Amino acid sequence: MVHLSTIPDEDEVNSKLVEGVKKAHLQLVNDEDSFTTSVYGSKFAARDLPKHEMPEGEMPKEVAYRMIKDELSLDGNPMLNLASFVTTYMEEEAEKLMAESFSKNFIDYEEYPQSADIQNRCVSMIGRLFHAPVGVDSSAGAIGTSCVGSSEAIMLAVLAMKKRWKNKRLAEGKPTDKPNIVMSSAVQVCWEKAARYFEVEEKLVYCTEERYVIDPEETVALVDENTIGICAILGTTYTGEYEDVKAVNDLLTKKGLSTPIHVDAASGGFVAPFVMPDLEWDFRLEHVVSINVSGHKYGLVYPGVGWVVWRSAEYLPSELVFNINYLGADQASFTLNFSKGASQVIGQYYQLIRLGKHGYRAIMSNLTRVANYLSDSLEALGFIIMSKKNGEGLPLVAFRLTPQENRNYDEFALAHQLRVRGWVVPAYTMAPNTKNLKMLRVVVREDFTRSRCDNLITDIKLCQQVLDEMDRESIKKQEEFIHKHHTASGKATHNHPKYRKEKHSLQGKTGKTHAIC
Amino acid sequence: MSLSRHVNPEDIIHHLQDNKKTGSGGEGGESAHLTVYSSRYTSQRDIPKYNIPQDGCPGDTVYAMIKDELDLDGRPNLNLASFVNTYADEHASSLMADNIAKNLADNDEYPAMLSMSDRCVSILANLWGVRPGEKAVGAPTVGSSEAIHLGGLAMKRRWQEKRRKEGKGTEKPNIIMGANAQVALEKFARYFEVEARILPVSKESKYRLDVEKVRENVDENTIGVFVILGSTYTGHYEPVEEVARVLDEVEREKGWDVPIHVDAASGGFVAPFTHAGVGKGLKWNFELARVKSINASGHKYGLVTAGVGWIVFRDESMLPKDLIFELHYLGGTEQSFTLNFSRPGAQTIVQYYNLIHLGFNGYREIMENCLANARLLSKSLEATGWYTCLSDIHRPVERGNGKATDNEEDTSANYIAGLPVVSFRLTDDFKKEFSHIKQEWVSVLARARGWIIPNYALPPNEQETEILRVVIRESMSFDLLERLVTDLVQVTQTMMDHDEIDLTIMHKQKQRRRLVEEKGKAQKEEEEAAEGKKRMEEGIHRSVC
Repeated sequence: MVHLSTIPDEDEVNSKLVEGVKKAHLQLVNDEDSFTTSVYGSKFAARDLPKHEMPEGEMPKEVAYRMIKDELSLDGNPMLNLASFVTTYMEEEAEKLMAESFSKNFIDYEEYPQSADIQNRCVSMIGRLFHAPVGVDSSAGAIGTSCVGSSEAIMLAVLAMKKRWKNKRLAEGKPTDKPNIVMSSAVQVCWEKAARYFEVEEKLVYCTEERYVIDPEETVALVDENTIGICAILGTTYTGEYEDVKAVNDLLTKKGLSTPIHVDAASGGFVAPFVMPDLEWDFRLEHVVSINVSGHKYGLVYPGVGWVVWRSAEYLPSELVFNINYLGADQASFTLNFSKGASQVIGQYYQLIRLGKHGYRAIMSNLTRVANYLSDSLEALGFIIMSKKNGEGLPLVAFRLTPQENRNYDEFALAHQLRVRGWVVPAYTMAPNTKNLKMLRVVVREDFTRSRCDNLITDIKLCQQVLDEMDRESIKKQEEFIHKHHTASGKATHNHPKYRKEKHSLQGKTGKTHAIC
Repeated sequence: MSLSRHVNPEDIIHHLQDNKKTGSGGEGGESAHLTVYSSRYTSQRDIPKYNIPQDGCPGDTVYAMIKDELDLDGRPNLNLASFVNTYADEHASSLMADNIAKNLADNDEYPAMLSMSDRCVSILANLWGVRPGEKAVGAPTVGSSEAIHLGGLAMKRRWQEKRRKEGKGTEKPNIIMGANAQVALEKFARYFEVEARILPVSKESKYRLDVEKVRENVDENTIGVFVILGSTYTGHYEPVEEVARVLDEVEREKGWDVPIHVDAASGGFVAPFTHAGVGKGLKWNFELARVKSINASGHKYGLVTAGVGWIVFRDESMLPKDLIFELHYLGGTEQSFTLNFSRPGAQTIVQYYNLIHLGFNGYREIMENCLANARLLSKSLEATGWYTCLSDIHRPVERGNGKATDNEEDTSANYIAGLPVVSFRLTDDFKKEFSHIKQEWVSVLARARGWIIPNYALPPNEQETEILRVVIRESMSFDLLERLVTDLVQVTQTMMDHDEIDLTIMHKQKQRRRLVEEKGKAQKEEEEAAEGKKRMEEGIHRSVC
């Protein structure tokens, strides 16, 4: 205490400086102070944000901005999210370029011809990366388009395969009411969606305890006259393993079948060509008619861009394409969405020419190295590694606990425990027919460096120690607590009760959980 | 007749470039440069267009190259063809930029963003008059196209379920829409294999869905009717209430319960706010029991930049269970009904920002301003005597108590309701007097002054008539409007001042365009032109919605 000070009493406060002058006490109306000097001093800070009905009056933009920004700070830290493949880092220049293009409507060729041209360049680059046949003749060259993401790309590819099959059947005078598609049970949910929404029967190739990808023999055996196509995944979302497209292709050739193959290279399309250039999975194989890839995964762009390429115009029936014409120039469009932002396509072009093949290779190689390091470390900690190493799969690590009678916790408990440390490491139940195999998965993204990897390993060790010391009962309680209080989905109230516990999808029927990507 | 030879500018540049492949820069010098314009791409080499370059290039150089190239894109404010909003205030832009990396599909990581998108759904459901006791469900989409696909798909599935329960066939579903429908509606029919019953429009039906024709075309296989709130041709609102009444009668007579999906892509954010509504005392939203779902584009009059739409179903029972997929994350679940999965979420944040920043009154002021400007433009064009408007928003409504008093505020309530769109054409007298002038030249000449004003034919049955269309958006200020009117007058004056010979240059330009095109395409176009099928998408300066 340095300076002691007395607190003035009421009389002193109200004492007048000059005798004879009345001190005014204004009773100002406090209601209308919409505009005050500070955001937190305004009336809006003391009120609920409107949630269910539009407010009658306006709110100053500074206040609205700040309130929303503050609320968004509750969102997670993407750096610690090891569940998602979606890019969370881009260079400043790319961000700037994208921010400048927010107001551009991608579909508006008339107004933004250059943005459209940039898309065409990206398609060309990506097509060539996949060894697409090129030609000046309109019937020979590959064609492609940008999408919002791989889901849209897959829907478009399924539509094209279905239409082409239907046209063929109609020409032969055969019925067209029972189309089916052959795919692995480890597919991403959008394949199930595509089949459901476009009314195509799903024929599944089930995984087994040892094999997490399709078996080429079994796959080709499922093909019949009603098969519109086969889906092969370049990098399943569970273990990151590449499915053997070449074997499927060769078997089809051997059997003399002409069934088309679509390769879902959502994650692998930007990895395999750089890390394993000799792996034949793309248009080098004759039966591969279309390929999709997500620009917002290992294409290294923020969410909102995917790509789909067809071998030639023959595989994209013209009745699906809507031609749009301006100033005498045709622009053909095949999309489920219409107006959308152009930023992501521009971002993709930036990345492609900024990094070049060398840059992509350098990044993908680093990711493979980090994934190898993490695999080795986890193996040393006693986990069973389910993913491939050394670039033979996506740069992710899928692992599970060794089967042990006396352990009190499972993979889900470990995932919950890691959540307390901030890490989002998802636990999954594998694709059906794998005896409810459970697993954990870490996706190695561009921004997951080796030093951060070390942090993760330390935390896994720590969490294991904590769990080892707890009994079954308290683990269960703890898990419940974490689920309720630490995870967002545990707290979510917006899900509709009617659609809960659906029983129609693979997940509903078998307990398979979908990995997010 | 001169011989025309195809000149490829790229060839010339390559040829000239090959001659001098020396100088500074060099092959490997790309990483050391003083300024962005001293790198190899400035003069030595082509920017990579068709193949990924072997080696990369520093970020600042690539940024400058791409930015410079994008300068060739148009100026959004002069684009009068599009409904899509291009203005965002500073704070909205910051919110966009701050949240650009967020993935709307990842609810575990971004719960706060997700709850904002839920609030938007809830706010919109209330705005569109959801009834108490019903449990509305809805979702954000990439745009109205996705929303329409989802709305249509739900209608198809509901119809299939009903038919199967009755033991009837489900092979031949059909859907009804007016010929003025946007291409997304036709796309839905094509992709999801539903027969599109596209009803021709007429002058009497105000170039929109003809209610009597709906009655004639409905049958037991009709999965629903798409009613468009705000025809993209003339901005007229389609008569939702009348269609609902007709469908009520059909149900009473024949027993077919046919639902309505309202495509309020543009009107969903206009009609609820304006004084005019959709016309005095008329209803269009969930107040009508037959309206089962509504979609709107957040990036049109919702005032967000491109990439967000909304769909709301009036009740959970309207959304068949087997279309919904559940996703599990860490034991939590998320339900999903969408055609896209991972996608940017920043637009939904800005939508929420707009809703609470502007509030009801803010939106009302903006929409009233747009309509007032549209009225002014319409009246100015008609005042020239050269043009006549097909849109009706500037025509006063008939009132019981005579004329409006002078001191009454002039709001949209005094006029026929519609979108802030002005569709106009040359008057018949003008065409008679200047028979050599083609209307589409107005579009071409206006383009030379920077304006994009599309010119295209009306939908089938009225395809003889071509219209010019101007969409008035938030950013079309009074000052700019004055320039537009001046320019349109000058353009028309120029054409009138020149005789036929001078104007033949316009014909030639068109011919040259044809020559460049591939033969097959030109042929096809001619065939189509012969059939008189010059639809909105094919007119000069294609319009975008």
